[in-house]
Amino acid sequence: MSSPLLTQVGALAQRSVVRTARQPASAIPPLVFPVLLLLVNSGGLKASTLLPGFPTDSFLAFALAVPFIQGALFSMVNAGTDLARDIQTGFFSRLSLTPVRGSALLAGQITGIVVLGIVQAVFYISVGLVLGVRFAAGPAGIALLLVYAALVAIAFGGLGSFLALRLGSSESIQGLFPALFVFLFISSMNTPRDLIAVSWFRFLATINPVSYLIECVRSLIITGWDTRALVLGFGFATLIAIASLGAASWALGRRMERT
Amino acid sequence: MARDNSIVVEKLVREFRKGPRAVDGIDLHVAPGEIYGFLGPNGAGKSTTVLMLTTLLPATTGSARVGGYDIRTEGPKVRSVIGAALQEAALDPLLTGRDHLKLQTMLQAVPKAERKPRQNELLDRVGLTEAADRKVRGYSGGMKRRLDLALALVHRPSILFLDEPTTGLDPQSRTALWEEVARLAREDNVTVFLTTQYLEEADVLADRVGIIDNGRIVAEGTPAALKAEIGRPSIHVTPVRDDDRSVITELLGRFGEPLGSERDLAVRLREGSGLVDVIRAMDADGVVVDDIELRAPTLDDVFLAKTGRTLEGAAAEKTVAPSVR
Repeated sequence: MSSPLLTQVGALAQRSVVRTARQPASAIPPLVFPVLLLLVNSGGLKASTLLPGFPTDSFLAFALAVPFIQGALFSMVNAGTDLARDIQTGFFSRLSLTPVRGSALLAGQITGIVVLGIVQAVFYISVGLVLGVRFAAGPAGIALLLVYAALVAIAFGGLGSFLALRLGSSESIQGLFPALFVFLFISSMNTPRDLIAVSWFRFLATINPVSYLIECVRSLIITGWDTRALVLGFGFATLIAIASLGAASWALGRRMERT
Repeated sequence: MARDNSIVVEKLVREFRKGPRAVDGIDLHVAPGEIYGFLGPNGAGKSTTVLMLTTLLPATTGSARVGGYDIRTEGPKVRSVIGAALQEAALDPLLTGRDHLKLQTMLQAVPKAERKPRQNELLDRVGLTEAADRKVRGYSGGMKRRLDLALALVHRPSILFLDEPTTGLDPQSRTALWEEVARLAREDNVTVFLTTQYLEEADVLADRVGIIDNGRIVAEGTPAALKAEIGRPSIHVTPVRDDDRSVITELLGRFGEPLGSERDLAVRLREGSGLVDVIRAMDADGVVVDDIELRAPTLDDVFLAKTGRTLEGAAAEKTVAPSVR
């Protein structure tokens, strides 16, 4: 990457992080809400661990994977909202008047999301450790989890950027939030897929990529080094990242239609 | 070699889908170092012209060269020589003034060693040194506009586009911005293309004015020449009672052509008629008025003469008319 491009990416990433840090109303929910939901679920669904074949006797350890994906969804919506607001306020036009390249704009935006994704992951891991969760994959697994969090942030950040660039309205992005959360709820977030008794739900959870994103994290926490779960998780995250970044680049090209 | 910082526009057109021609074949020539005032009501086509000239919106047909570069085929080169403060100060409320300048100097590829001095110089120039480390959301409208101007100047552009830079500002902030813009043109030889809907702004600041209405330039020249073209002064009368309006209108009609003023009764005086003649006639007819005023021609009169409407009236029409874009 050339030096001017690096400078541009760095400047835009720094802005993205500074913006988030300066609006606690956006920065705190992705940290706090998933943890609150984790605590509520692990209290209310503790009895699930008594099901024959449940992979662990700690529901907290089982459910700790969910905040990673929930947090990424929150970040995606926040990042998309910020970018859409830039378009609405004309800040995006200001950037378009500089020599900034589209790739730098997107990379800067995504880098900011990745930094926040890693901060979130560190927070969730710390909460898990404090509450007594022991990571089956050990310190190397935790390190891999941070890499995975970065990859998921890229995937979801690309999706948020694409939506923002297409819709150009922060209200529309926020309106999509419940729809995106549906993917989380029809996944294996609360029950292992092979223990879901309702066939249509099991089918939907099986074809839902979010299930594999969660199961990848879960494997590092409760199983150890599960190659299949890791390949599926990293594979789907990579595919989503490629697709969303491709779509965002296309949308950016349309949005930055300069002569 | 000296930079060409002129703007040359030929038959520029912008059509929006299912809409009218927002810009309908305009021709312009702005000389280096000139302040060109682009005057017109809301929706006349001013901002669309600026967006095309700054390469942010492709022209439908026609051509333009900005700083010697073709806006259609040399977009990056055009952007390298222009600065722009578009309508509404496009600022991030969560960043400080200094953050904005830091970001802009980095994106404009200002060499690292020059970034901080340039930021400080511009903050000082627009009078924001003390407020530099405050978040922009706490800035007044005038401060935001001044920061917007500073950001447009980061890379030392030779041509500056200002789209309604003083809309919504208090008189003090407006005057401060005018002084800075005038200084840029006089001392730094920056060409300034300024859109405005304020007559006074165009009159005070612009070397030449182009008046645009419904996407077409209806008049162009120095403010003095345009006003001289209209020539004769006008008389404006405010009646005491509404019942007197028809009598006064008839009386004024003896001295000139009626003007379509919404606020008062007015005529453009015929050659050989003067204020004294009108007052004598009023005395003779026993007409009592609340106020009578002799006015030298203004740019509003020029607009009225060219379009049959006042600028204020044209703006109101645009506000009422449904949007078709």
